[in-house]
Amino acid sequence: MHSKAPLGLKIAAIGGLLFLHVPILLIFVYAFTTEDKSYQWPPPGYTLQWFEVTWNRPDVWQALGLSLRVACVSTVIAIVLGTLCAAAVARSKFFGRETISLLVILPIALPGIITGISLRSAFNIADIPFSTWTIILGHATFCIVVVYNNAVARFRRTSSSLIEASMDLGATYWQTLRFVIMPNMATAILAGGMLAFALSFDEVIVTTFTAGQQQTLPIWMLEELVRPRQRPVTNVVAMVVVLVTFLPILGAYYLTRGTETVAGQGK
Amino acid sequence: MAEAPRSPLSDMLWRRPNLLLLLLVTPPLLWLGIVYLGSLFALLAQSFFSIDEFSGLINYEFTLKTYGELFRASNFDILLRTIAMASAVTVGAAIVAFPIAYYAARYATGKWKAVFYLGVMLPLWSSYLVKVYSWKLILAKEGILNWLFETLHLSWVLDAYLSIPGIGGNSLSVSWTGTFLVFLYVWLPFMILPIQAALERVPPSMLEASGDLGARPGQTLRHVILPLALPGIIAGSIFTFSLTMGDYIIPQIVGTSARMIGQAVYQFQGTAGNIPLAAAFAVVPIVVMGIYLTLAKRAGAFDAL
Repeated sequence: MHSKAPLGLKIAAIGGLLFLHVPILLIFVYAFTTEDKSYQWPPPGYTLQWFEVTWNRPDVWQALGLSLRVACVSTVIAIVLGTLCAAAVARSKFFGRETISLLVILPIALPGIITGISLRSAFNIADIPFSTWTIILGHATFCIVVVYNNAVARFRRTSSSLIEASMDLGATYWQTLRFVIMPNMATAILAGGMLAFALSFDEVIVTTFTAGQQQTLPIWMLEELVRPRQRPVTNVVAMVVVLVTFLPILGAYYLTRGTETVAGQGK
Repeated sequence: MAEAPRSPLSDMLWRRPNLLLLLLVTPPLLWLGIVYLGSLFALLAQSFFSIDEFSGLINYEFTLKTYGELFRASNFDILLRTIAMASAVTVGAAIVAFPIAYYAARYATGKWKAVFYLGVMLPLWSSYLVKVYSWKLILAKEGILNWLFETLHLSWVLDAYLSIPGIGGNSLSVSWTGTFLVFLYVWLPFMILPIQAALERVPPSMLEASGDLGARPGQTLRHVILPLALPGIIAGSIFTFSLTMGDYIIPQIVGTSARMIGQAVYQFQGTAGNIPLAAAFAVVPIVVMGIYLTLAKRAGAFDAL
């Protein structure tokens, strides 16, 4: 177990990690470049002016606002539905249980373009006009699975005898929920919610089909990617997006850290 | 101890667990059933309609004509090209991911374990578009990769590579190699995590036993580690394959003008207004993934997820 790793393996592993991170770090450098017409490397000089330019851009703020609103509402819906589903699947065996877990995973197992085009044709058939709510409808659907995954893992580790003991001692369902189940579940649900937020905040494929004329931040970025008009502003936005999504991911990591090793040592 | 007042509702739920189950499962089921499955069926239904070639209107009569269209040479090429790309990305990702997963599962301890975990999780969850954007910066003519080749006086290697027909092109950003690299980069974490999960379950004693029985490290790798990692590799390949097959943004931003399935779906439902053909195209990944998932399940890949 404690033998040393062969050098080749070490190089391949570290190299792989670098391959995953260097491209993202490059964006941080580009956010400060003075060059605004091309992607010239190395940057001819460094400046902070693009942060000010970006700060004064109403379209960026508008897109950011919409993205945050959509992510918040979708996360709340996903937390409610994902937790309910996890509670049902983890607690009992019933007819169609496998089908439900498959149904929850389907929206991310199938390519996003299929979810997107399905929703769009459904909106067309039902004559629903595009709005913030159509975006939320799509986002909540594929966010459920993230909350579900986190919650179901925790439910499986929470012993059901705890709940029986609580009920035997005379607690009502609500008291059991409030004082026994929730404290056990809270961090898992919160972690799932944070990941759902991150997922919704930068989703683009489904959103292009459900947004109509509105622009979320990823759609704003996509336009810039296809037809670059303001490279420096895009660089700054890209850097901010990376930083904003890192926070919930780190949060989710610290909330669920160590729980894997407590149970499930079934090696 | 005073007995807490019990509400009739609590008693009823306790006596009838099925009622509780029903209450729990109804809201998510309604949502997924109506919003998701409803939409999916709406899409599938459209693929059995056809489009009137003269008026451009949708003809709402059951027909398999639209599926026949898929086998026209230009459309069939799109399918083959997409499946070839998805396979290439899957194989590439497995090769790059394996050493990372193996090192993280077997040799990383303490602080390094956390470094590897976050080192995979952060890129996995960070913005898809930002990741694609970063490669646009890297592959640009004036970008870092060309600069690197020039600084090292190796531009001739790059030029020789780009002149290979099929995978080359005018520059990396408009070649299949470029598209492949971006796909590989974006989906790599999806391959690392399941392989690592599979390898974590291999007891070290099994590897020691293999060595004690006289196997060289290469033999242990081939006959012990790889077979045990296979369910993880298959689980990861579900993601890399499915995600590559349905993507329409990466090939649009980096690569040649030849289309992949995602782009075809996007264009047929958008500018071309041919929703039945777009729907038929969208059914292909569903069918391919259906077959793929059935095979993967048989290989026991779901335990590694």
